[in-house]
This record gives sequence, C-alpha cells and structure tokens, in this order.
Amino acid sequence: MRQGSRIVSLVVLALFLGACTFPGMRGGAGPGLAASGQAGTLNVMTHDSFDVSQGLVTQFEQANHVKISFFKSGDAGAALNKAILSKDSPLADVFYGVDNTFLSRALAAGIYQPYNSPLLAQIPKAFQLDPTDHALPVDYGDVCLNYDKMYFADHHLAVPQSLEDLVKPEYKGLLVVENPATSSPGLAFLLATVAHFGPDQFLGYWKQLRQNGVVVVDGWETAYYTNFSGSSGKGSQPMVVSYASSPPAEVIFANPPISQAPTASIVGPDMCFRQVEFVGILQGTKDLGLAQKFVDFMLSVPFQEDMPLKMFVYPVNPNAKVPAAFVQYTQVPDRPAQLSPEEIAQNRDNWIAEWTQAVLH
Amino acid sequence: MDAGRTALAAPEGRASPTRPGAPRLARLALWIAPLAFLGVFFFYPLGAVLRIGLIGLSAANWVKALRETIPRPLWFTFWQASLSTLLTLLVGLPGAYVFAHYEFPGKTLLKALTTIPFILPAVVVAAAFNALLGPRGWVNFALMSILGLAVPPLVLVNTLWAILLAHVFYNTTVVLRIVGNHWAHLDPRWNQAARVLGAGRTRAFLEVTLPLLWPALLAAALLVFLFDFTSFGVILILGGPQFSTLEVQIYVEALQLLNLPVASLVCLVQLLCTLILTGAYARMTSRTQVASRPRSQSQVRIRPQGVLQRGIVAAVVIGLSLLLVSPLAALGLGSVTRLEANRAQQGEVRYGLTLDFYRELFQNARQSLFYVPPIDAARNSILYGMATVVISLSLGFLAATALSRPGRGNSALDSLLMLPLGSSAVTLGLGLIVTFHRPPVDLHASPLLLPIAHSLVAFPFVVRSLVPALATIPKRLREAAAMLGASPGRAWREVDLPIVARAAAVAATFAFAASMGEFGATSLLARPEYPTLPIAIYRFLSLPGALNYGQALAMATLLMLVTGLGILLIERLRLPGVGEF
Repeated sequence: MRQGSRIVSLVVLALFLGACTFPGMRGGAGPGLAASGQAGTLNVMTHDSFDVSQGLVTQFEQANHVKISFFKSGDAGAALNKAILSKDSPLADVFYGVDNTFLSRALAAGIYQPYNSPLLAQIPKAFQLDPTDHALPVDYGDVCLNYDKMYFADHHLAVPQSLEDLVKPEYKGLLVVENPATSSPGLAFLLATVAHFGPDQFLGYWKQLRQNGVVVVDGWETAYYTNFSGSSGKGSQPMVVSYASSPPAEVIFANPPISQAPTASIVGPDMCFRQVEFVGILQGTKDLGLAQKFVDFMLSVPFQEDMPLKMFVYPVNPNAKVPAAFVQYTQVPDRPAQLSPEEIAQNRDNWIAEWTQAVLH
Repeated sequence: MDAGRTALAAPEGRASPTRPGAPRLARLALWIAPLAFLGVFFFYPLGAVLRIGLIGLSAANWVKALRETIPRPLWFTFWQASLSTLLTLLVGLPGAYVFAHYEFPGKTLLKALTTIPFILPAVVVAAAFNALLGPRGWVNFALMSILGLAVPPLVLVNTLWAILLAHVFYNTTVVLRIVGNHWAHLDPRWNQAARVLGAGRTRAFLEVTLPLLWPALLAAALLVFLFDFTSFGVILILGGPQFSTLEVQIYVEALQLLNLPVASLVCLVQLLCTLILTGAYARMTSRTQVASRPRSQSQVRIRPQGVLQRGIVAAVVIGLSLLLVSPLAALGLGSVTRLEANRAQQGEVRYGLTLDFYRELFQNARQSLFYVPPIDAARNSILYGMATVVISLSLGFLAATALSRPGRGNSALDSLLMLPLGSSAVTLGLGLIVTFHRPPVDLHASPLLLPIAHSLVAFPFVVRSLVPALATIPKRLREAAAMLGASPGRAWREVDLPIVARAAAVAATFAFAASMGEFGATSLLARPEYPTLPIAIYRFLSLPGALNYGQALAMATLLMLVTGLGILLIERLRLPGVGEF
C-alpha cells in the first residue's frame, strides 16, 4: 500500500516541478516581454555558434514590442537541413547561418524570400554573393592555419609561408587538419587548396601532404583542443586549421591574462579561405514586416559592432568599428582563396569524395 | 546439478493460465501504452523522414550506395561493436561477480562512480582521455620521465584502441548493473546442491549458475552491442576520419552533404541489422528464462575472507578505478588547473591550481544573451532527467510485465522495443522535426519533446533491467497472493514490486543517466531557454582560449557531481518497508 502511494506522489511531484519551472508550457510570457504589452514573437533560427549581447536584443524587443526567440539548431549543415525539411511549415521567420559553401544549396531549396534591405547599399558588393537578395551577407571570417609560436621558436623553425611549403620535410607530421566531410573549417581549407592548385591538381598536393604526415581528425574541437600544441589541450601538432580570429580569442579568454597571443595565423597567398555568412527571411513567415526589421537590425552598425567579440567574425558593414583587442591580434590575409558559390555547390560532393579516397583510404 | 536441470525443464513462470481469455486480454492491455508511445514518437517520425528520403532516391543511387557507400562502414560497424562488447564483458563480468557477492567499504560510491562515464558527452571523454593518455597526459609524462624518452610512447587518439577503450569506459556499468543485480539474487542453494551432488566448481558454474545468469548476460550484451553499433560521437571524436560506422555515414550524408536519400538508405540498412539482432535475441531469451525464488541480498553477500577472496575484490576495485574512475579524476583536476604565465614567453609548461573557472561560470562576463547560469543548466538537466525517469519507467513497467507473461507474439514485440537503441539518432531527430513542428502536435515549442526523445533512448535499458527480474518471480507467489484474497493490483504491489524494486532502481539509474548525458537529440530539440549541462559544455568548447576550455571542464565536473548525487539518491530512494531483494 505505502510503496504504491509513494511512487504516485513522486510522479506527481515530478510533474508538478516540471509544470512550475517550464513557464513556456503554459504559454506564459518570457522574460523579454514583461515590459511591453504586446504578445508578438519573432522566431529566429541560427546555427550553434550564434551569439549576441543581451542588451542589444532587449533594445530591439522594446523598440518593436516583440519577443525574439532564438532557436539554435546544430551546426551549419544541421540547421540548413532543418530549415529545408520544415519548409512547408517553417519553424522560424528568419534563418541566419548559411555560409558561402552552403549558399547555393539553400537558394536552390527555395527556403528564403527576397528582401532588398536599404542597408545593403552600405555593404560592399563583394560580399553580396546572391544578386537576387534572398540571402543577405552579415559577417565574414577567414579559415587559416594557426601555429604555436613557442614551438617554432624553441625548434628554431621558420614558419611556412605558402601551401607549397607545407609539404617540405621540416614540417613532417606538424599539421593537423579537419575532415572536410564532417567539418566546416576542414571543407574551407580543402577549398583553399582547390582554388590554389585547380580542380585537377589539388589531389596531387593532398597526396604529398599525406606523405608528409598530415594528421586528419573529424572536428575542429578535436583538432584544436586535442591535437594542437598551442591550445590548452597541449597536443602534438604545432599547426592547425582554425580561424584567423582564434589568436585574439586566445588572448581575450586567457587565464591568467596575457599580453601576447600564444598563437598566430599564417596568412600567405591562397592559404586562407574566406567564409561569408548570410541571413534570410524564410518563406511563410507570419510577420514579414518584423522579419525585415530584424534583418535590418542585423546589418546595422550596433549589431555589426557587437559581432566580433561575440562570434569572432568581421562585420560586412564597413561603418562598423572593430574592437581594438580584436584587430590587434588578428592577421588579415591579403589574398584569401576564393571560389564562387556555384562552383562549390556543383563540385563539393565530388571533391569531398575524391579527397576521402586520396587521403583517408 | 539436478536442481538446475529440473528448473530448466519446468519453468514455473510458464505454467498454463487457469482462465485462458482474461490473461490474454490483460496482456494486450498492457501493451497498448508502450506500443502507442513507440508508434507515435519513434515509428511515425522515422517513417516520415525515411519516406521523404527514399522517394528521392534514384535507381542508380540505390546501386551506388549499396555497392560503394555502405559495405565498408557496415563491416567496420559490426567489427568494432563485436570487439567492444567482448571487451566490455571481459571487464564487466568480474566486477559484476564481486559487486554481487561481496560487501566492502566504499562499494556504493564505487558503483555510483562507475556509472558516471555513461553520461559523459563524447567531447568530454576525449578531454579526459587526453588529460590522462594524451601526448602530454599524465601517463605519457610519467613514462617519459621514467624511461627517459623524448617522444611520448603512447599514441591513443585516432586509433582503434581509442574507440574500444571509450566503449568499454562507457558501457562497463551496463554489465556491472544488469548482470550484477541478477547475479546477486540467484538462489545460492542451487549451486550448493550441485556441489553436494559432486559437481566441481567449474561444472557447477557452467551448468547451474551460467544458465541461470544467461538472460541477464544476454540482455547486457545486447544493450552494449546496440550502443556500440550506433556509436557516433566516440567514432568521430576519438576514432577519427579513417573509421566510419553506419551512423557516421548517415550523419555525413544527411547533415553535411545534405543527401537525405542516401542517408535514408543507410538508415534502413542499419534498422534491418538491428531488427535481425534484436529478433535473434528475443528468440534466444524466450527459451532460457527460469523462474526461481529470489533471495534477499543479505543472504548472499558476504565480506571477503581469506587471501583469495580479498585478492579478487582488491583486483576488481583497483582495475575498475584505473579504467573508469581515473579519467573522471583527470577531468576534475583539469577544471582546477591552469597553465601558468605567458605560454609564448616561456620554454616549458607549468601548472598552477585555481578556482577561476568555477568563478567565471557564475558570471555573464561577456553579456551574452546565451549565457547559461550553471544552476539553471543543472536544474534543467535534472528536470529533464526526472521526466525521462517517469515516462520511461511507467511505460517500461507495462512492457516488461507484458513480456514476462507467456503469450504469442512476445518475441516479435520484444525486438520492436529494442529498435530505438539500434537506430539512427540523427535520422530520428530529423523525423521528429518533420512530424511534430506543426499543429495539431506542435511539440517543437514544448519542453516535453526532449524527455520524450530521451525516453526512447532509455526505454530499452529500462525494459531490459526489469524483464529478467520480473521473469524470476514464480507464478505461484502471485497465485498465493490471489488465493489469499489480494486484488491483482495489490498482488502486484505486494509480490512483484518488492522483488523488482532493485531492478527498478537500476532502470531508473539508466533512464536518469541516459537523459543527463544526451547531447545529439538535445542540440536539435532543446528549447534555447532551457539549455542542459552538456549543451553548456559544448558552447564553451566551441571557442578557443584557456578560459573556455577551463570552464568546459568545470561544467563537466558539475555534470559529474550532479549525476553522481542523482544516482546515489536513486539507490537510497528504495522504499522503506520493501524487503531487500
């Protein structure tokens, strides 16, 4: 008898706790809405790396009497897939996080509707990779090799200055890269080699890299934190495929504080690949006006100035000032490798398959 | 020995029912809720996404996928899962024996600690192994200074060994708990009878103990195998790109190449394999269940005596501590260690102790909208975990009770129940998105979708923990209760419940742990307002910098603490008044 009622009371307690602490279940007001009287909600879908300052979002919410609900939906590929699969009954009004390697896929799937934002006038044409304005550029960043300064100094080794340098015997076994099939920086670096050597020659280069002991891992986290000697993980390889913004992050997130970055980027010609990220309004949004306002907000100076220290990317809006800490420790490549989104979309699967055959099997 | 034979020949639990109609109806009624749950939240979404995928698959792609994409990962999936399961049994069985038969100081704590690996996200396990066995980890450091080597002798990451070691690390607890719990309740008199009748130790074990242990052994082996079979994070993070399982292939095709058709085909192949496995399992167990009178633990467990017994216990305790507990300790230590001073200006790495990472956890230094207060993340994780325990245990009890009663179709239904564990989490996640994101069931907006998804993972563990215990209840105990005037409900409470209470605690532990550590479905389905501890860990690990790495380790240590406390609590929660069975 007693045991039965105890179990029942536990169940009731659990349900009760659940009901109390999940206000969303009962359609209650979220924290951002408390001040305003209106009940509109704008759903924004993003990839996992999205971040923004609390204050900025609150300002937008108060100015427009709306609550913004952000849905983080996995990495860039997972988020795009989610958007495509739910196209007929969209999960959100706005989707941020498609980059130039996925752009053509997103446009072909027809998930966006066009929006010719007035702010596009401020943004350089070079970033506006979709002339139909379905996808609007928000930020960019460079995927570059990072190196462990201490290792190179201790071993009196010169830092490689070109892709060709990397196959020299003195750098044998010193580079870790990510698998382009499972990692977006991995794909970006593969694309850099395609852009530099051409679609017919890049595999030959990778075979040389393989002979020179390039280490391949599946994701950035493993490459950076397990294999790279310049990170807190203290791995074995002093060179890693990461971002040009990783060295400033090492300074900003140092503990204890440091005045000099322990790592730096190698920004030789064609050694970095530029990633541009886009935002777009999803087909079927319930509030087009608000969605447009939010896109304008993302392209406007306050948001653009907030991005560098939140997501470690550069603003596409040249009127936005980039924080000094960010500029000081970031090297910008003069000549990043570039490929058109169409070329990438057409060949990406083949390149990955060929690469897998040449490097892994 | 005779006793064993007789029991096998005439299983008491399978006596023919007195009234043929009513029990069958009752059994069918028990199935309704579990099957409806699986139907709505597993088969329907999975079917929906597979349909979308397979419609888009051209004939040429069928052939290409079956010839080129699938064979290699299919072979490797079976190979690594078999090897991992074998190793896990090898490590787990001595432990299960010792936990079942001996009392020793620190036993409860060790048992809880051995469960914690089960909940750790793969990136955290990678960090733990790296701190311990990495190129500059403790073991390599010690070996280098002892042997005077310049290069770390031990290379683990990106080898098959890393995958096997991680799988053993994750799953030993399954063997310890499921087999150990069953072993503890075997009637020792059968074994004693066999010895009296002249059987040697080995023969008594092989012909009496082993057959009695078989259902639990098979159940544990199947769970471990399926877990390894669909392994994903471990393969990606610790194994590296040269190793690809079916699940990794599905992930790459579906989420990276956006090739849903081929992903669906691989998923279908994976499902077929799982179905064959669980079908074979269900047939094997349906013939081997034996009812016996469960013994109270106090009758079975003793303190180790003599050199041999003490030696065995000590060896198991030390072995399990090295294998399962030392990586946890490495994580904890990592969360309070920092690299001293400016690395760029110093020739060697120096370490210092600090609580900075924990202090940082509690402040939103970057004014981020997505800052997760650790208390909130812990609370969310615990609430999701509790909801998972409630959902999976209530459904699991119904299914396990139905399974433990004789009836046709049981083995087919049993193999269906196990499917969620052996099917693609990536595909199911996409399926849930496709099916439940529009009215009338707009679960996407509901925080309940997550514990439901977690319950799908927990369900097979719950059922497998409960069935062996329920199957051992002799039918005449229930009949005696009925004869004495107890209603079926009361008979269940007074007979079944006390006997399965121990198994229910095991089931609850697995359900709680499965939810606490789950990341894949959580990242796809969690409401951003209610992030869990694993999500918070990933957020830190996705940025460079010592502070992020340190905070990730601190958050992981919190996850271990909260889960450890939860597990200890579940073990204590056993209901007063219910005997120790």
